[in-house]
This record gives sequence, C-alpha cells and structure tokens, in this order.
Amino acid sequence: MTFDPGPLPDHGERPAPTSSGYQGTLPGHVDEVIVRAAGIHKYFGGNHVLRGIDLEVRQREAVMIIGRSGSGKTTLLRCLNFLEEPTMGSVWIDGVEVAADPLKARDRQHLEQIRQIRLRAGMLFQEFNLFPHMSVLENCIEAPLRVKGVARAAAEEQAGFYLEVVGLSDKRLEYPARLSGGQKQRVAIARALCMEPKILLFDEPTSALDPELIGEVLRVMVDLAHDGTTMIVVTHEMHFAQEAADRVVFMEEGRIVEQGPPEQVLDNPQHEATTRFLRRFLDR
Amino acid sequence: MSAAAAPPPDTDTGTIVQRVEDARMRARRAFALQFGLTWLVLLALLGGALWLSGNVNLGFIASAGPYIVQGAGLTILICLSSIVLAVVLALLGALGRLSTNPIINGIASLYVSLVRGTPLLVQIFFVYLAFPQLGLTLPVVVGGILALGFNYGAYMTEIFRAGIQAVPRGQREAAEALGMPERLVFRRVVLPQAFRIVIPAIGNDFIAMIKDSSLVYVLGVQELLWRASTLGRRNLASLEGLLIAAAVYWGLTIIFSFFQDKLEKRMARGDR
Repeated sequence: MTFDPGPLPDHGERPAPTSSGYQGTLPGHVDEVIVRAAGIHKYFGGNHVLRGIDLEVRQREAVMIIGRSGSGKTTLLRCLNFLEEPTMGSVWIDGVEVAADPLKARDRQHLEQIRQIRLRAGMLFQEFNLFPHMSVLENCIEAPLRVKGVARAAAEEQAGFYLEVVGLSDKRLEYPARLSGGQKQRVAIARALCMEPKILLFDEPTSALDPELIGEVLRVMVDLAHDGTTMIVVTHEMHFAQEAADRVVFMEEGRIVEQGPPEQVLDNPQHEATTRFLRRFLDR
Repeated sequence: MSAAAAPPPDTDTGTIVQRVEDARMRARRAFALQFGLTWLVLLALLGGALWLSGNVNLGFIASAGPYIVQGAGLTILICLSSIVLAVVLALLGALGRLSTNPIINGIASLYVSLVRGTPLLVQIFFVYLAFPQLGLTLPVVVGGILALGFNYGAYMTEIFRAGIQAVPRGQREAAEALGMPERLVFRRVVLPQAFRIVIPAIGNDFIAMIKDSSLVYVLGVQELLWRASTLGRRNLASLEGLLIAAAVYWGLTIIFSFFQDKLEKRMARGDR
C-alpha cells in the first residue's frame, strides 16, 4: 500500500521504462536541442518579472532552476507552455515555435499553436491539480482519449504502465481525495507521462508536501531523470538538484545569473549573488 | 507529568471511555425527546385553539380534502418542469455572463437584470394577460412553467456563474497544460465540478419554487392553491381549505428537504 521512499536513488535496479516506447527517453539524439526559449520578457502590469531569458534544453537533459522566491523561476516555467503569455520573446519546442503576442491572446491560430506546444511539454504543479471528480485511471486516460484520440484499451494499458513507473498500480480506481499528497503528485506525474511529452516541466512539485512525503516524489523524479527524461524543474530541494541535475540554472531578478553542472553552480559558484543565495539557504 | 498521574486503582480506561460514550448518548436522546415534545405541544396548542373557536368545519376537510391534496400532483409536475427549464437557462445565462463577447454577455446580463428586477407575479400576469394581446395564447400550465422557469433561471444564472468561478484556477490550467482545447476543458473539467458546487443551491431553489408555484393559481391552473381557495370560498370554508393547502406545501418541502439532505451527504462522501 504505502510506497516506501527508501534511501534516495539506487539507479541500477529499477528496469528503465524506456522499453515501452516512451518517446521522450529514446536514446540516440542526446545532443539535439528540444526546447529553445529566446528573449523572454514578462511584465505583470508595470512589474518587469522576466528580463530577457534565453534558455536551451537538450534532449535527455535535466535542468533545475533555483533562486529566491520572486526571482521569476515559476513565471519562466509558465511562460514556456504559455500558461502565462510572455510579453516578448519566443518559445520553440520540438519543431513548434510560438512567438509571444499578448495582443493576440484570443486569436484562434495562436491558441492552436500554443496547444501544440503544450502537447509536447507536460506540466506538474505545486498543488498537483488532479481532477477530483475522476478516478486515478480516468485522470490518466482523459487527455490521451479525448485529445490524442487513443483507443480506450490502449490508453488504459499505457496508464497502467506509467502508474507502475510511479509505484501506484494499486490505486488506479481510487479517487484523488483518498490519496496522500505524495501519491497525488505521483499520479500527476503518471498523468503527464501518458501524453508522452517531449519534456516535463515541474513547478516546485514538492513545495506543498509534508516533509515525510517529499522523498517518494523526488525518488520518482530522480529515476525519470536518470532514465533520460528531459525535464526542467523549479525547485528548492538542493540535494535533489545535486543528485539529479545535469545543469543548474540560478535566477535572480528576472535574469539567469549563472548556470552550469551542479558541482560548479552549487559547490563552487562563480557569482556573488549565487553564493549569497546558497549561503542563506544552507544556514537554515 | 510525573508518577503521581497514575489512575486511581478502581478505574480502568475502558470503563471511563464507555461511561463518557453512554453519557453522550443519553444527552443526545434527551435532546431529541424534548425537541420532539416541543413541536408536539406547540402544534397541539395551535390545533386546540382552532378547535375551541368552534368554527372549523371538519366535514368540509373530510369531503374536499382529497380533491385539494390531489392538486399536489400538478404542483410537483409544474415545479419539476420549471426547475429543468431554469437549470438550462441558468447554464446558458452563466456562460453568457462569463463570455468575453459583448453581445452574448449583453443578452445574458439583460435577461438577469430584467427578470430579477420585476416581481414574479407581474411576470405570471404578463404571460397570462399580456401575451394574448400580442397574439400569443399559451395553455395555462405551459404559461406557468415558462414564467417560473424564466424567473428562477435568472436567479440561478448567478448561482451557476459563481459555481463556475469557484472551480480552482489550477484545474483549468492542468487541463490546458495537457493540451485540452478550451471547450473540452469546460465540458469535462470545469462543468462537472461546478455542478457539484451548485447542487445544494439548486435544491434550495427547488424548495422555494414549490411554494412560489402557488402563484400560478392566478392563471387558473388547477393546482394545490387554486383548488383550496376555489373550493374554500365556494363553501365558506376558506380557513379549512387554506389549512389543507398549507399543510400539503409544508409536507412537500419536508419531503424534498430530506432528499436534498441525503443527496448532499452522498456527494460529500466522494470529496475531500
């Protein structure tokens, strides 16, 4: 019943779920750029929240974004799939490019392009946002069934597979209200994987969890990262970043200040601002 | 804090728990008993006062009673039809009130403003007296259902609008992030949750409507109140007739409140 978070990852043992044909993890094009955000600016009214962000993510890369609250991390993530329309700039994901156009926010063609972006980028939220009126299984098959037109049997089989990946096969008929926070977030991960996105965007996925439930979610994420799932994660979990990140991006005041492999950014930061942030973080 | 807190030798936890539980049960039963007695006494006093006045015609109640009570069937039919019409109108109205299209929004807002801003009785008379002047004559029952449905639809439009807005924004975002187009998001994610939120309010409105439906008696629809007042006046027994009608309305609302309570309890079970 309960998922034992156990010690953090032991990658050798779990069979990689790539065998089922999960597109996002196919080896072979390791270096191909899959996400390119260029010149992203975002204003909320007169508040300049993102001040020119350029970010490229390659296939199979796990990128962790860190920084103080209010530095624009979450806004950047939400701009990548246009849950927030950037004020300026463009996002390219796996062949689909959308230029920010806040004046055309209701334009049919623009919305369709955004939808194409979203089909390629799964998103996980701080508050999980499972659909409370649907069972775990229904949550997982809803979009494949009605958006992609997958046959029900195939969708259910696929959902079963990804629920296995997150360790919740026995909960497929439960309703979200009966799950713990950690279980909800793992279902949300399975739900996102069922759309076979090219990349997963995690928006502080463990921030709403009780401390003892964080481990089980992080463990699933570490496994995904090591299996080669492309992901961008906004997080405050430094140990997790150290463990799973290929690249850590530090943001401050709407800009990317420093980025590089975790052993550089976290252990040997080059910038004053990064050092200050990390010191304050480790003090607690 | 210390060893001094050990329980006295002649008690053990099991019996204390049992005694607390017993006391609680006794208190609950005593409350229910006194509550019931209070109602009984008050109603008996009321009935006794009427009886002592010596003016209550029991013969009329016995002979006309069944005919009047049977009017409840039509009352319920009118209410069920009207509530269905009202729900449909309210859903359309709420969509209109939330629409960014100024014409659609304008139509919905005018509907709500106009219908909420005029008395139900005026609207019923309008259907009955003003429509024929415009060349539109409706069967009275249909006219009554239309008037009630339109009136309640306007009030429920605001309930539905609030219900739709009460669905957390994250729900919509999660669905959109899965690539669901706008309409699908609304139909599959927002609407089912909004419905759950507004069901208690719909139940409330339905109970209010059972009573407001009495207003359609002015159309000559032979429902509960029409039967009671017509027969009562004809036999100089208005008191008796209205007593019967009041008792039936009261009984109907009690029955539907009971079902509403059940429905709400069942829905609460699945939720958080």
